[in-house]
Amino acid sequence: MPGAIHAEGLVKTFGDVRALDGVDLDVPEGTVLGLLGPNGAGKTTAVRVLTTLLRPDSGTAVVAGVDVLKNPNEVRRSIGLSGQFAAVDEYLTGRENLRMVGQLYQMGAREAKSRADELLEQFHLADAADRTAKTYSGGMRRRLDLAAALVVSPPVMFMDEPTTGLDPRNRQALWEVIQELVAGGTTLLLTTQYLEEADHLAHDICVIDRGKVIARGTADQLKARIGGERVEVVVHEREHIAVTEQVLRVLGKGETTVQEHTRKVTVPVVGGAKLLAEVIRELDTRGVEIDDIGLRRPTLDDVFISLTGHGAEDGDAENGVKSAARKGGK
Amino acid sequence: MAVVEESGATVATAPRPRGGPLAGVRDSLVVARRNLIRMVRIPEVVIFGLIQPIMFVVLFSYVFGGAIMVPGQASADADVYREFLMGGIFAQTVTFATAGAGAGIADDMHKGLIDRFRSLPMARGAVLTGRTLADLVQTALTLVVLAIVALIVGWRVHDGILSALGAFGLLLLLGYAFSWIGALIGLTVRTPEAATSGGLIWLFPLTFISNAFVPSSKMPEFLGHIADWNPFSATVQACRELFGNPQGVVSDAWPMQHPVLASVLWSVVIIVVFRTLSVRKYRSATA
Repeated sequence: MPGAIHAEGLVKTFGDVRALDGVDLDVPEGTVLGLLGPNGAGKTTAVRVLTTLLRPDSGTAVVAGVDVLKNPNEVRRSIGLSGQFAAVDEYLTGRENLRMVGQLYQMGAREAKSRADELLEQFHLADAADRTAKTYSGGMRRRLDLAAALVVSPPVMFMDEPTTGLDPRNRQALWEVIQELVAGGTTLLLTTQYLEEADHLAHDICVIDRGKVIARGTADQLKARIGGERVEVVVHEREHIAVTEQVLRVLGKGETTVQEHTRKVTVPVVGGAKLLAEVIRELDTRGVEIDDIGLRRPTLDDVFISLTGHGAEDGDAENGVKSAARKGGK
Repeated sequence: MAVVEESGATVATAPRPRGGPLAGVRDSLVVARRNLIRMVRIPEVVIFGLIQPIMFVVLFSYVFGGAIMVPGQASADADVYREFLMGGIFAQTVTFATAGAGAGIADDMHKGLIDRFRSLPMARGAVLTGRTLADLVQTALTLVVLAIVALIVGWRVHDGILSALGAFGLLLLLGYAFSWIGALIGLTVRTPEAATSGGLIWLFPLTFISNAFVPSSKMPEFLGHIADWNPFSATVQACRELFGNPQGVVSDAWPMQHPVLASVLWSVVIIVVFRTLSVRKYRSATA
């Protein structure tokens, strides 16, 4: 399987921190795996191990058919890495950066030059090609970084939080690039803390927390794990909460939850829109004034909170683990 | 976009495995080119690197010149001291490459770009060798400027141009050797600032407990021995010999009697030891 990623039992500790605590990963050729987790979950460490930047304490990994631990330089020929910190030389121009990377991928000088020109065109950097990367905006740097990772069109790509810190427009643009890449048959492992991003781009999702894989499956499978639709009602008056809860208990299928301070009552339901209409009618007859009502489907955020007990944006270990990752790598 | 069509096609043209020492040389030159471009775009570093030795020439020739008597001379003569001094200043200047290499590598190691390099199928030592080669170019440039200043203050070559070129060759070799010491420092410390001071601080005792500014015969006996065997002294002595400059009273110690050979040997030993240690350290950071 020339394009696949396979890892078993990866363990990596930095001092007391078990950044990876027995992680298994499997990315079939031509698919996208979204590695999803809060800050400090071990996502970056996993990418660093798979891209030969970091040696695990134990475990095995095969990327593009080559053993990562036994033959790292062979792996490096078949992978591209694009990280959250754009890995370009800011004092070199866009063109010089890409030519350098091409040559270090062992291309001939002429080949590296024409490939650089091609990529600059593709990534809409042609106009800025001869400016130093220092003058680029965040989105441009990220595009240049991604272009550098694609110089040899590697069969396997790793992207570590590719859109972190990008504005929505640039994020959208980068998603399009990634989707085209995948349509062309590239295998991709993508880490993200944006659940929407994983939902949008990944075939399979692996939820990782504190160095362990805590759930895996498609986005739909993960959502199904925490139940289906629910009705959410926000009432205008606080004293209407009780009666609303009563109505929802009768019409819904399961426990109601009440959030006093937002005056929000929620219940799992089956029957979708038809049931929603019924709820509205019922509340109306009882004179309940409604501020907001809706049929909600679970988001990956809900999945996340139900799996880890905390949201994706929580946790402050990220920086600690990351600097430990660099230190530990020394 | 073309990315789609490309991926399939270009996988086939994925890099041919090239290997061996030749690929290593090529990768090092690619990295050296990158560092030279950076030097051109951040000229402050090079300019400060030039000002310092010029300052030393002027300060030493005019402040100490009249006061320090070169042994073997009847009296303290500023012109004689100036010629005596230049070998020392040249050699001291090339050792300052240590700080530049150290700071550059420490800086690289803490930027995202190093992850890019490490994930590429390039020769492992190329990031370091490329840096030291770029520093060698800078050292050569500094030597040219310094030689012009030295000529202005009255320094002359008395033994022919070939010997003089030989002396500059030894100086470049010493500078290259010291930039490998800098590389190891840069890989060891946590910040570029630490690499700069860590690269400079030990150069002062090293270059002052030597024959560079004061003849070792004028030091306390214990220091004199250290000065005679100091790797740095061998190059200074070799330069004086090859330039045909005044040498003072030369000690009987072996390196002082065979300075050219001693200079080459010391530099080669430093390169072999520190290159090996640096590349190993870089690799362990990698793997």
